[in-house]
Amino acid sequence: MEVGQLQRSFIEYISSLFNEGFLDAQFSQLQQLQDESNPDFVVEVVSLFFEDSERLLNDLTMALDQPNVDFKQVDAHVHQLKGSSSSVGAQRVKNCCVPFRNVCEEQNTEGCLRCLQQIKQEYLLVKNKLQTLFELEQQIVAAGGAIPMMQ
Amino acid sequence: MSVPSSTVSDQFPVGLRVLVVDDDPTCLRILEKMLRNCHYQVTKCNRAEVALSLLREKKNGFDIVISDVHMPDMDGFKLLEHIGLEMDLPVIMMSADDSKDVVMKGVTHGAYDYLIKPVRIEALKNIWQHVVRKKKHERKDNNYDQSGSVEEGDRQQKPPEDADYSSSANEGNWRNSKKRKEEEEEAEERDDTSTLKKPRVVWSVELHQQFVQAVHQLGIDKAVPKKILELMNVPGLTRENVASHLQKYRLYLRRLSGVSQHQSSLNNSFMGCPDATFGTISPLNGLDLQAIAAAGQIPAQSLATLQAAALGRSAATKSAISMPLVDQRNLFSFENSKLRFPEGQQQLNNSNKQIDLLHGIPTTMEPKQLANLHHPSQSFVGMNTQVNSMAQHNNSLLMRMSQSQPRAQMLNGANNGHQVSRLPLSMQQPLSPEGIPGTVPAQSGIVDNARGSVYNPVSQASSMVDFSLNQSKELQSYNFSLGSNNSGMSTLTNRGMLQEEMNSDIKGSRGFPSNYDMFNELHQQKSQNWGLQNVGSTFDASHHPSIQGTQGVSSQLLLQQGISSAHHSGQNRNAPIGKPMYSNADESGHVNPMGGPQLNSLGGNMLAVKAERFSDLDYHSTIYHEQLGQEDLMSAFLKQQGNVGPVETEFGFDGYTLDNLPV
Repeated sequence: MEVGQLQRSFIEYISSLFNEGFLDAQFSQLQQLQDESNPDFVVEVVSLFFEDSERLLNDLTMALDQPNVDFKQVDAHVHQLKGSSSSVGAQRVKNCCVPFRNVCEEQNTEGCLRCLQQIKQEYLLVKNKLQTLFELEQQIVAAGGAIPMMQ
Repeated sequence: MSVPSSTVSDQFPVGLRVLVVDDDPTCLRILEKMLRNCHYQVTKCNRAEVALSLLREKKNGFDIVISDVHMPDMDGFKLLEHIGLEMDLPVIMMSADDSKDVVMKGVTHGAYDYLIKPVRIEALKNIWQHVVRKKKHERKDNNYDQSGSVEEGDRQQKPPEDADYSSSANEGNWRNSKKRKEEEEEAEERDDTSTLKKPRVVWSVELHQQFVQAVHQLGIDKAVPKKILELMNVPGLTRENVASHLQKYRLYLRRLSGVSQHQSSLNNSFMGCPDATFGTISPLNGLDLQAIAAAGQIPAQSLATLQAAALGRSAATKSAISMPLVDQRNLFSFENSKLRFPEGQQQLNNSNKQIDLLHGIPTTMEPKQLANLHHPSQSFVGMNTQVNSMAQHNNSLLMRMSQSQPRAQMLNGANNGHQVSRLPLSMQQPLSPEGIPGTVPAQSGIVDNARGSVYNPVSQASSMVDFSLNQSKELQSYNFSLGSNNSGMSTLTNRGMLQEEMNSDIKGSRGFPSNYDMFNELHQQKSQNWGLQNVGSTFDASHHPSIQGTQGVSSQLLLQQGISSAHHSGQNRNAPIGKPMYSNADESGHVNPMGGPQLNSLGGNMLAVKAERFSDLDYHSTIYHEQLGQEDLMSAFLKQQGNVGPVETEFGFDGYTLDNLPV
C-alpha cells in the first residue's frame, strides 16, 4: 500500500478512536511528548499500560474470587487502574472504574463482578485498537512515510 | 548545586532536580518524560522507601519531590511527612483521587501542591515556583538563625526584619488561630528583605526537646515563638526558626489527631511487652477524637512531652528525666494508695509492687503515650484506650487523650466504664491529677487526695509520658509533662488544640527522624507504656482538685491502677472494653458507684478503646492486679465525685457500668 493511503487510513482510524471515546486528550499529550530523543515513547508507555493492567485485572479476578472479599484491596486495585488508564488516555476503561469503586464501597460482590467483566471488555477493546494503530504506524514507517500528527 | 539559587544563575528552572515517586509504572514513565521535556533533571523511583533512602543519601541532591498518594509500601502522606521533617523539601502530591478529603489531607500534611491525575505537562511546568517560594522563606528564617553568630552583621543587614520581628503584630499573629499564624509567618518571612542565606537551623533531638518543653510550659495556646525562644534560651536561635518549627509541630499534632485512627503500628506492648500486640486502638480513633474533643485540647505540654519523648528518647539528657524514675515510683505508690483510699494506706504497699512493675512499663511508653496522658483532660476514653493500646502509638496520642479522659472520668467516679476497659480503674484513681508536675512524691499525699477525683489527666499524662520514654527519657519527659500538665490541664478541654498540637508536634519532630518514627511507629518506645500512662493521665484536671499532690504520680499510679485494676477483676483482660476494669471494681466493691452510669456516659469511645487497651492491660494487670484496689479508688472517687460529671461519661468502663459494678 502506498504511503499516502496508509497515512489516510491512519488518520481515519485514530480519529474514530477519539470519536468513539476509546481515547481522550491525554493520549494526544502522549503523542506530543514523543520526539526524536524518544521516538517510541507512545508505544513504550502503552506497553507498560498493558502489562500493568493485565496484572491488575488478574489481581482483581483473584480478589473477587475469594470467599471473603477484601474490598479495600479491590478498591486499591481499581484505583490504580483508574490512574494508569487515565494517564494513557484510555477513556472508556477509566470510566468503568468509577462505578466499580462505588460497588466496592457498597461491598457488593455481585456488582463488583459485573464491573470487572465490563472493564475487562473495555480493556481488551482498547488494547486491540491500539495494537491496530501501532501496526498502521509501523507500516507507514516501513513504507518510508511519516506518521501524521493528530491535533 | 543543591540550592536552586545556584541554578538560578541563568536558566532556572532548567535543571531543577526532581524526584518523582509513583508505584504505577505507566504514570511514572509519563511523568518522567514530561519533566524531562520541562528541562528538569528527573530521578524516578517506584517505592517510597527507595525514595527516602535516595533523599537521605544525597542530602541536598534534590530540589523538589513529587509523590503519588496511594502506594503499596508506604502511604504518600507519610512519605510527605518524612521528607518534610528530614529533608525539608517541598513535596507535591498527586493522585487520581480528587475527593476533597484527600486534597485536604494533602494540605494539612503540608504538601506544596496537589495534582490530579492524569497530570498534564502544563501543571508540571510551574512546579519550580514551589522551590523558589520555599527557598525564599528559608532564607528569611536563616537570617534570623544566624543572629547569634553574626548578629551585628545581620542587624545591619536587616534592620527591617528586626522591626518586623519585634513588632507585636507578629506575636499577635501567633496568638491567633494557628492557621493564621502560619500564614502570617510566611507573610512575615516573605516580607523580610534579608538576602542573607544563613545556614538552616537543624532541629536536633535535644533542641526539639527543649522546644517541646517550652511549648508545654507555655501551653499550646500560649506558645508563641517569642516566648518559646526565650524559654529555650538557645543562642543563635531566632524567632523565625522557632516559628516555623512551631508551625510544623502544630501540623504534626493536627495530623496525629487526624490519623490517630490508623495507628496500627503502635508502640510496643504496653508494659514493656515488646509486641504491640495489644490491639490497636483503632476503635479509639473515633474515641480519641471524641475524647480529644471532649477533653479539650491536649495540653501542649503533653504533646511536647511526647515529642520530647520521642525526640529525646535517646536524649534523656534533661534533668527532668531523672525525675521520672523516681516519680514513677511515686506515682505508682500513689496510685495504689489512692485506690485504696478508703482502705487506707495499705495500698502503698501494693503500689510499691506495682511501681516496680510499672517502672518497667513506663519506660517503654512511647512518647506518644505520654502525650496522651497529657491530653486527656476530660474523661476521655482515651485513657482507657491508652492503657490498652500501648501498642498503638500512632493513635496513641489521640487515644491517649481519649483514654485519659475516660480515666479521669472514672476516677471522678463517673466513668462510663465502657471505654477504656483497660485501665479504667486505675485511671479512676484520683491520682493527683492536679498537676503533679513532676512531683511524684505525693504518694502519701495521694492517698489523701485520692478521694477527690483529682486526677489530673494532664498531670497524669505527663507522668505517664515519662514512663513511656525509657527510664531515662521518661524522667525527662516525666518532668516535663508534669509540669506541663498542670498547665496543660486547663487546656485539655480543647481537643482540637490537642490535635493541632499533635500535628505540630509531629511536624516539630520531623527534624528528628527518629522522633517522627517514634510517633508513628513507636517501636522503640514503648507504646505500651503509653497506654498505661494515658490511662492515668486522662484524668481530668478539673476533676481532681483534691488529689493534687500526686498528680504526676497519680497518672503513673493510674496506670498502674489501671493495669492492676484490669487484673483485679482478673477478667477480661482481653475484654475489650473495660470489662476487666470493672471486674476489679466488683471485687472491691467500690466501683459500683462509678460503674454503670458513668461509664456509659463516657461514650462509645471508651469502648473501642477498651477493647484494645484492655488486652494490653491484661498483660499488665496481672501484675498489678492485686495491688490496685481500683474498686476502692472508684468508690472513693465516687464519693468525691459530686463534681465530676464529665468523668463519668468518658470512661465508660464497661466493667463498671455493665457487669461488675454492683450498683
